[in-house]
Amino acid sequence: MSRLQVVSGKGGTGKTTVAAALALALATEGKRTLLVEVEDRQGIAQLFETEALPYEERKIAVAPGGGEVFALAIDPELALLDYLQMFYKLGGAGRALKKLGAIDFATTIAPGLRDVLLTGKACEAVRRKDKAGRFVYDYVVMDAPPTGRVTRFLNVNDEVAGLAKIGPIHNQAQAVMRVLKSPETAVHLVTLLEEMPVQETADGIAELRAARLPVGRVVVNMVRPQVLDAAELEQIRGTPRTAFARSLSAAGLGGARRGGHAERLVDPLLRQAEEYAERYELEHEQRSVLGELGLPLHELPLLAEGMDLAGLYELATELRKQGMS
Amino acid sequence: MSPDAAHDAPRHRLAPARVLELDPLLDDPTTRIVVCCGSGGVGKTTTAAALGLRAAERGRKVVVLTIDPARRLAQSMGIDSLDNVPRRVKGIDDTAGGELHAMMLDMKRTFDEIVEAHADPERAAAILSNPFYQSLSAGFAGTQEYMAMEKLGQLRARDEWDLIVVDTPPSRSALDFLDAPKRLGSFLDGRLIRLLTAPAKLGGRAGMKFLNVGMSMMTGTLGKLLGGQLLKDVQTFVAAMDTTFGGFRTRADATYKLLQAPGTAFLVVAAPERDALREAAYFVERLAAERMPLAGLVLNRVHGSGAAQLSAERALAAAENLDESRIVDQHAGKAGLRNSPDTYGSSEPAEPSAPASPSGPGSPAEEAPTDGAVPGDEAGHEADTDGAGREADAGRAGVPAERSVDELTAGLLRLHAERMQLLSRERRTRDRFTALHPEVAVAEVAALPGDVHDLTGLRDIGDRLAAHRHELPEGGDGQSGAEA
Ligand SMILES: Nc1ncnc2c1ncn2[C@@H]1O[C@H](COP(=O)(O)OP(=O)(O)OP(=O)(O)O)[C@@H](O)[C@H]1O
Ligand SMILES: Nc1ncnc2c1ncn2[C@@H]1O[C@H](COP(=O)(O)OP(=O)(O)O)[C@@H](O)[C@H]1O
Ligand SMILES: [Mg+2]
Ligand SMILES: [Mg+2]
Repeated sequence: MSRLQVVSGKGGTGKTTVAAALALALATEGKRTLLVEVEDRQGIAQLFETEALPYEERKIAVAPGGGEVFALAIDPELALLDYLQMFYKLGGAGRALKKLGAIDFATTIAPGLRDVLLTGKACEAVRRKDKAGRFVYDYVVMDAPPTGRVTRFLNVNDEVAGLAKIGPIHNQAQAVMRVLKSPETAVHLVTLLEEMPVQETADGIAELRAARLPVGRVVVNMVRPQVLDAAELEQIRGTPRTAFARSLSAAGLGGARRGGHAERLVDPLLRQAEEYAERYELEHEQRSVLGELGLPLHELPLLAEGMDLAGLYELATELRKQGMS
Repeated sequence: MSPDAAHDAPRHRLAPARVLELDPLLDDPTTRIVVCCGSGGVGKTTTAAALGLRAAERGRKVVVLTIDPARRLAQSMGIDSLDNVPRRVKGIDDTAGGELHAMMLDMKRTFDEIVEAHADPERAAAILSNPFYQSLSAGFAGTQEYMAMEKLGQLRARDEWDLIVVDTPPSRSALDFLDAPKRLGSFLDGRLIRLLTAPAKLGGRAGMKFLNVGMSMMTGTLGKLLGGQLLKDVQTFVAAMDTTFGGFRTRADATYKLLQAPGTAFLVVAAPERDALREAAYFVERLAAERMPLAGLVLNRVHGSGAAQLSAERALAAAENLDESRIVDQHAGKAGLRNSPDTYGSSEPAEPSAPASPSGPGSPAEEAPTDGAVPGDEAGHEADTDGAGREADAGRAGVPAERSVDELTAGLLRLHAERMQLLSRERRTRDRFTALHPEVAVAEVAALPGDVHDLTGLRDIGDRLAAHRHELPEGGDGQSGAEA
């Protein structure tokens, strides 16, 4: 199991949610995981129902079986100051730079630099060891930028190593790429069973592969329950309306004769079944597109009542059951 | 409440929100720009395209600026080639004299065009090949928003269309569309950039000395960190941009003013989900603060039901009844021939027996054969299911066994229960929004079972947008009554 698990996907498909569930799932059995947020949105804090996270690793959840989940929201400006501090012992000069807007400038105008800092910080956590020489975190899970940007994001260190041909940033960039392009890393993509997210997933995987980044698994999120299967839908089409009317009537829903309460339910119920069948067909198509990607597929149910902490643990259990952790 | 009574009740008992009338808006010649905003994935692009098509078919000369259309939609509109200019869309009904043009924004290309338009060829080439320019134009946060505004400004300046419908970039927050261009503009015109580009100019002025110290320290530090060439690239880039553009901020401000001008209307698009409507509420508040005209809310992908009179609870209870009676029937070893009570009767006291419904228990003779008579020879059925359609067989453990009608009916009822639960969640979410913003007019659009990927689909969405009716039932139970 790779120690750096990167979670991407189309916007709104559930990257943050799946990353958090995965961090919980990986923490079971006494393991320790770090959940890293790079998009400056405080999505993790929202999900775990805690106050905004500072730029600091802190424990946010305990997993079943005693494991722990830590979280870190990386602030690129502070990360840059960290770096300057690390390499140049800037002291007060760092503050002066910040005041001038230099930090803002450097992290904004050079989006590459920003990404270097973010990926660098995550890789540092992956490699960090304690005094006894054991890894501090068993796993690091990253809530990464969306599919359209993730390859560039992860690959930025290659670019930067090319731009800054010498110096500490160059060395750092190369060290990060060594982690990201190794089996130590796995990039997972979250999708829905809809045309656009599936298309984006397929495109994203092709890009990641072209950049030789290690693609992990596909997580289909918010899967609606299957109420009727294809054979049943077919059978419903071949069954006379009157039979349904009688059955509804037998179930206690009123009269089966024309105009009776039960009889009047038949058409709308059949229409709903038709809509369901159409959606079922589309989902089926999307599933087979996903199937052709040649990656392990996982499915998480749509939590009908919306997301909360209990729901998050439920998704974690599901991921574990499906062998994703 | 008897199901029939509920069914016949007027649909608009409690109008929870004003109904958004889109046709008058589209037809009004003074409406020149319609902007569709909202958080990602809610249907902004679909709504923008559908409105553009509708306005064109009602006689206006329209251009739609889409940002990230679904591939099939772009193909079917003929705008999938990335040349960054509007194309005439074929296949629309032009009997009213309208035209539809559409384009898909190419962010980088729009940026390049600005450079090419404002710099002599030599300098333009220098900028275009600058690595900083490249990374900025390819995907800096806010570039897409800035370029969408830029393109809108260009289209408006050409004055070839009498209506421009604008889609907005996919982002978490609808507010990004308003904020990002200014952020980028002020950043590019900012103090630091000026320092970087012309430190010498400032050097003479009093009090600037300290800044110069900071400058050289910073360029020194960054230089060491990033390598000197890199910093030189930044400086040349910034200098070139500054002289060629005459101020990004000014440009951004100009387009921003366009958005405040009369003739511009904003539509906030949201799905009936908590997050999307929360974003919509922020956006509505922000527009008010900016004095930008909000036309209303498009609530997209709303679910309805033709059998809303049957509650989820009753549907589930009925499905269970069928399950139970099936088991009983099997034990008794007979095909299902049961009474069909006219009403649900004693086990549900809330259900008064419907007055003398004519549909009593049908005559057994008429009923018996059909009950299990799923046509076994329908094409497409598992051929090896012997005794297909016989209820007794369907109940056995044979894997691909045919379902009895009762089982199928129970399935239909469960499907309905799920739909009703979804519907009431959506209604609660919507009612919360309208309680907060009763002044906002709302148009509801049904969730179609498939994607919207061609003109027919867009036309359908357009019809639904303009139909003055709520897809969701009006608030009735408990916490609604949000009429303020
Ligand atoms: N399995 C699920 N069941 C129900 N709701 C879900 C599920 N997964 C995610 N959600 C909800 O969907 C919404 C989007 O999820 P989330 O914020 O994780 O997506 P994201 O991909 O991180 O979004 P963004 O691109 O904006 O960062 C949230 O409201 C979340 O609670
Ligand atoms: N009312 C609707 N019913 C069914 N599908 C819809 C509806 N509105 C939008 N869609 C589909 O949802 C997906 C996202 O829509 P899109 O307009 O691209 O969203 P946005 O521009 O807000 O990101 C598309 O596949 C589109 O076809
Ligand atoms: Mg997120
Ligand atoms: Mg869009």
